[in-house]
This record gives sequence, structure tokens and C-alpha cells, in this order.
Amino acid sequence: MTAVRVIDSGPLALVQDLGRPAFATLGVSASGAFDRAAHRLANRLVGNPDDAAAVECLLGGLRLAMPPGTWFTITGAWSDAVLVLDDGARRAIEPHTAMRVNAAAELQLGQVSHGLRSTVALRGGLAVPSVLGSRSRDTLAGLGPAPLRAGDVLPLGPEPASPVPVADLVPVDPPTEGVVELGVRPGPRHDWFTAAAHRLLTETEWITSARSDRTGVRLDGPALSREPELVGVELASEGMLRGSIQISPDGAPTVLGPDHPVTGGYPVIAVVVDDSLDLLAQLRPGQPVRLRRATGRR
Amino acid sequence: MRLLPCGDRALLAEFGELEQALGAYSRWSTSAPAGIIEFVPAARTVLVRLDPAVMGLGAAEQWLLAHPPLQPGALPSTGLVTLPLVYDGDDLTIVSEVWGCSRDAVGDLHGATEWVCAFIGFAPGFSYLVPTAGSVLPPVPRRATSRPRVPTGAVGLAAEYCGIYPRASPGGWQVIGRTPAVMWDAGRAFPALVTPGTRVRFEAVRA
Repeated sequence: MTAVRVIDSGPLALVQDLGRPAFATLGVSASGAFDRAAHRLANRLVGNPDDAAAVECLLGGLRLAMPPGTWFTITGAWSDAVLVLDDGARRAIEPHTAMRVNAAAELQLGQVSHGLRSTVALRGGLAVPSVLGSRSRDTLAGLGPAPLRAGDVLPLGPEPASPVPVADLVPVDPPTEGVVELGVRPGPRHDWFTAAAHRLLTETEWITSARSDRTGVRLDGPALSREPELVGVELASEGMLRGSIQISPDGAPTVLGPDHPVTGGYPVIAVVVDDSLDLLAQLRPGQPVRLRRATGRR
Repeated sequence: MRLLPCGDRALLAEFGELEQALGAYSRWSTSAPAGIIEFVPAARTVLVRLDPAVMGLGAAEQWLLAHPPLQPGALPSTGLVTLPLVYDGDDLTIVSEVWGCSRDAVGDLHGATEWVCAFIGFAPGFSYLVPTAGSVLPPVPRRATSRPRVPTGAVGLAAEYCGIYPRASPGGWQVIGRTPAVMWDAGRAFPALVTPGTRVRFEAVRA
């Protein structure tokens, strides 16, 4: 069986697929790739099914020893990635391009220049054991494959039925460095908040907090106030979604990520729409964010 | 029942009481149409998660309104488990003060109660149990400060709920004892020993 070996995991490298979407009644969140579009694209580029397991690499630094014949690609965050051959030769790697390793080589992801999380897909997918039908690491619940560590050997699955597509250029813009706009729709407790809070929600240029992870992305900015009669009122825990914007008692918003708790007791003022969710994965600490009221019926 | 907005791919159904939320969950979860990914029951609500490519918000709303919850009390049971429990928790004294009884009587009162799992939250397999006969025991306040580590199998009380920690974690519930039963094992065919609707009895055992 072919396998890749982890030489260095970088700050945080996780195995992810498209998650385990229907186990919330057991207290298990969907988890799965944070940037789902990057995950699907990476798998398609190497001829894998969309839900094959890949590496989600935070802030680069990942180094993998690749056996000859391995097809791979990198999507999501852009980094100066190289393939280092046995003789020391270094080949630069273009993002969104399927490449084949002809002789044993080391894949190195360097500094990330755009975005935060890169997806590294290998043809065949990562064939690590699955839990509840998924190979995703849920960082909050501690389910699924442990975060990658130097020395880990990751087996690859069998050759997929579909070939590596011949399209060798996929025009995808890098994650933006500027203001990121996220569409939102009302959440179940929108009426707990004042008119002023609602104005602030959509008129503020929020700043992505460094205290963000796969559980949630915190936004720094003005405090959003509750209606006076609801100050100090405790909400009975209720079901949460990826994209739910919870307001903690100090008025600070947190947008829940893929590893969010299944239920929570902070009121949800608004929910980020499906089309904007992948952008959350690539927000860098300090990056400005605007929330825009989404329209349309769906 | 009130249907509250929840973004572009969910609705939150809110009820006046836990029993109604459970009735809705048990009716809906056994007859869900394609396009509803899952129902997430909680204390007063059921979150309805949709696949918007298959079912829109409007269609989901119509389906929910056409399938009102079962009458409270008509909650079908999904089995009974008996859990051995050593009543030696660190918070027995606090609970005995809230309940107005002796330390030993806490185990008697708790063990004489039949419980049912209302929902799971907080952590995989962490079930919120309520008395099947309604809340007869006085509600227990949470600890003022959480413990950094509550061990696996600890049985705790908070408000009207009884919960069992499926693995060691921080926690603020008042701990009355511990069970050796394995509440959660992701490697099992049915990872959670107790799921919404499961009735639970506790049997006092010696350490």
C-alpha cells in the first residue's frame, strides 16, 4: 500500500473530509473541511470523489515525504510550496494544479501569502480509519484522526475509478487580503437585540480576532446590546449551526465554525448564509469583515 | 409552537415546555421527508436542518405545520437501561441542602426516580435526563465555578436535569456519584448508550 509520511505538521494539520452531517442528536457536530469549495476542487483535480479525505493545513509549514507516482494538488490558502527532489532540486508548485511525483520527493508548504488554510489532496485520498462514517477531525469533541505529527504514516486509498482530469488550469483567485463580505440572514433570537445593535451588525467593519479556530471565528468591534428587559436573561440551550452568530453576554459576536458545539446558550442574532461559509476558513487575524443582509428566498 | 428564522438552511421550532419539544422531535424524526438533514432537540426547541438544494424554507415550514407534535405524554420510549451508580460524589452535601434531606437520602431520592433522555448536548453522548413523571425534585443550581476536570462516568445534577459525563471534561454540574457504564464509545455500532427517548434507572452499588 502506498503511503505518505509526515516530516513536519506545521502549526496544525488535520485530516478532513466532508464531515458527519447527521449525528447532532448524539451530540456530534458535522465537522468536515472548513473551506468546502477548496476541498471539493482539490479532490476533483486529482480525480478523487468529493468526499475523499485530505489534509487541511493551517498557515503552511507542512512537509510530506511523497512516494513516486503520487498525484497531488494544493488549493485554498496560497503558500510558496515546493517539491524537493532527492538531488536537492526544488520545483515550485502552482496552486490548483494536479502534479505527479515522478521520483520520491518532499512536498514543502512555506509561508502562507493569501488566506489561512490550504487543502492538500492526494490521489486515492487518505485511508485513515473513519469514525461515525467520516475521517474528519472534530477538534472540539476530540473525534476522528488525531492532528498530524511528525512521523505519522498516512496510507492512501486505492486508485479512484475516474482519471486525473486533463484540465490543467483552473482559474481561481487567491483568498482576498481586503475586506471580506459575508451574507447573513436573521437568526432565531434577532429580536433579543436593540435596533442600534442591528445597525452596528451590518454597518461595522469588524476585525477578525486572533482568538478564532474551527469552533468559531470571533469578530472584534462594538458591543451589541440586548433589549433592556432581556439583559441577564438565560437562554435554554438550543441547536446551533455552522455560521450561527452567537452574541456572548459582553456583546461580542462569534461566528460558529465546523466544530461548533451542537447546542449553545448564547442568543443567535443572525446566521451566515451557506454561500459565504467557506470564506470564514480563510479569514486571517486582523482581517476586516463586513456583514451584509442577504436577500432571496431559497 | 413558534417557527423562528435560522438563516437560509434551517428553522428553529420553539415550544412552551420540554415535553412538547420532545413530542415534536419524536413525531418528526420518524417521518422526515427528503431534504431535512436532521432534527436537533434541546430544552425548549427543535432545530430543523435542511438541504436547501432539496427542500426550501417555505416547503419545510409547511411540512412542519402539517405535522403537529404528539400530545405531551405520548412520547414513545426507545428502551430502558439500568445504570449502576456509586453515590459518593463531592457535591452530595450541597444537593442534600437544596433537597432538604440527609446526604444518604440524596441517593434514595435520585435512585427512586425514573429518568428519560430529553436530548444530547455539550459533548458527544452527554445526555440530559429528566424525570419521566415531571420535575418533582427541586432544581439544583450549577456550581458557581466550573471544575477544570470532571472524571468520566461522573453523574451530576443541574437545574431539573441529571447528566453523565461520557468522558473527562471541565464541568459545572453538582456531582453526586459515578457510574462504570460506558456512555460513549465511537467504535460501537451505537456509540451513545442513551439517546433521546431512552428511559434510565439508577441502581445504587457500593464502591
